[in-house]
Amino acid sequence: MAYVSVKGGEKAIENAHQWLAEERRGDPAVEEVAVAQIREQLSLAVDRVMAEGSCYDRDLAALAVKQAGGDLPEAIFLVRAYRTTLPRFGGSEPVDTERMNVRRRISAAFKDIPGGQVLGPTFDYTHRLLDFRLAADGAAPPEPAPLANEPQAWPMPTIGSVFAHEDLLEHDVRSGDDAPFDLTREPMSFPAGRDQRLQALARGDEGFLLSLAYSSQRGWGSTHPLCGEIRLGEVAVEFIPEELGFPIEIGEVTLTECQMLSGFAGSAQKAPQFTRGYGLAFGHSERKAMSMAIVDRALRRSEVGEDADAPVQDEEFVLYHSDNVEASGFVQHLKLPHYVDFQADLQLVRRLRREHFERLNPSKEAAE
Amino acid sequence: MQQTAWVEKRFVSDTGLEIAASEGRREWMAVLAKAEASEVSAAWERLEKPAYTLLRSPEPGLVLVRGRMGGLGDPFNLGEMTVTRSAVRLATGETGLSYVAGRNRKHAEIAAVLDAMLQSEAHHDQVRAEVIAPLEIAQAARRQLAARKAAATRVDFFTLVRDREPSK
Repeated sequence: MAYVSVKGGEKAIENAHQWLAEERRGDPAVEEVAVAQIREQLSLAVDRVMAEGSCYDRDLAALAVKQAGGDLPEAIFLVRAYRTTLPRFGGSEPVDTERMNVRRRISAAFKDIPGGQVLGPTFDYTHRLLDFRLAADGAAPPEPAPLANEPQAWPMPTIGSVFAHEDLLEHDVRSGDDAPFDLTREPMSFPAGRDQRLQALARGDEGFLLSLAYSSQRGWGSTHPLCGEIRLGEVAVEFIPEELGFPIEIGEVTLTECQMLSGFAGSAQKAPQFTRGYGLAFGHSERKAMSMAIVDRALRRSEVGEDADAPVQDEEFVLYHSDNVEASGFVQHLKLPHYVDFQADLQLVRRLRREHFERLNPSKEAAE
Repeated sequence: MQQTAWVEKRFVSDTGLEIAASEGRREWMAVLAKAEASEVSAAWERLEKPAYTLLRSPEPGLVLVRGRMGGLGDPFNLGEMTVTRSAVRLATGETGLSYVAGRNRKHAEIAAVLDAMLQSEAHHDQVRAEVIAPLEIAQAARRQLAARKAAATRVDFFTLVRDREPSK
């Protein structure tokens, strides 16, 4: 039984929300944070909200972070709710990540990857020591990052193209450009296609996917991954308006892409080669893209004939529990009034206790 | 995967110019969409504005962004992005269209008018030189700056080989 609706409490709710607004603002003697400041200075929070809110719009995501008081799953919920108010013009042409304007690209597997190891703006190799200079007021902006004389060559070769001629890496299957499964219009269905899985993972909770990926690494459905490539940068989005009938670029999005490599011993039909797991996420979302790639590869277990004995390999388990809007909705609905359920449970427990004591002490019952 | 080839007649230019699918138009529409809204507004303020009517008031909506499985495989749905579209007709008959990332209505409307002007012989050269070219240069400069910063962070990892020579 679910909760039942209750009436009343309007005044209390109104007052509670007013208090919430006051709490969100904090001490009025401290300057209010602007949406533009969140967009520019908490850009990784903004990226996470865009990725899991499944809607690319930096200003919108920054506003959601502000409104949610920094509670990112709450901000993600706000963005998801907002997107339902807008009409959809259609689907884009698939983005071409090979043509990304790369700001960061590293390969942990292949030291001499053509194009080089480009660190870009990264937390890697920082010492994780708190920098108290950031707490000082009125500090001058940091020096701009150094510029090389020669710009990074474009396009940046991918790990796939590097080994393509040797057939060492599995090739991507291109069977056609039919419209892929769309979770926002169709209910989850099983067995799921890889298109359905990747969409669910792309909007899935980073923490959940991170833990699943970690569980896989620790041996619960391990795929022994190596990081073939991570790239971060800007990609143009092309769309074919029905009025025009030809593709036009409508803007650019920042994407993080990850290619994980796993060994495959081969089968009677197939020669041994590396299989791949794929991660793609809006914004600079490296932990998310890496986790997604590991989980994607683990979920492809039937393609390579692996047993399914771990959570990360169970697509129903993964896909049904990866969405944090659904998950927090279901967990948090428990705080809504369940008075009738509890009343029913109460009666049941009282009856069972009475029966329990009657069994233990029948004579006392009879004497009374 | 694309929608119907159906074309809404009211958005088709009635000047008879066969420029719908031209590379030039794809190029300038891309430049206008990828420009900052403030840059487009600033360029617009410097132009002599033609008379036009709105065929479609700027309308915010969503485009579902697709990726490819593994990078090159079959498509999958990554997530949506906000996009604002608009359509205008100049008094001289040219129809302009825009689809611009984000929710800035003014950006979309100006981009549609500029698209129409670029299809008009009377305005084409001026808009090309005074709006499109500078925007294109600014975008190339931003890309170049990022590519130079990226190149400055390129490293050569080297694996350490243990020296097996006996020490003297």
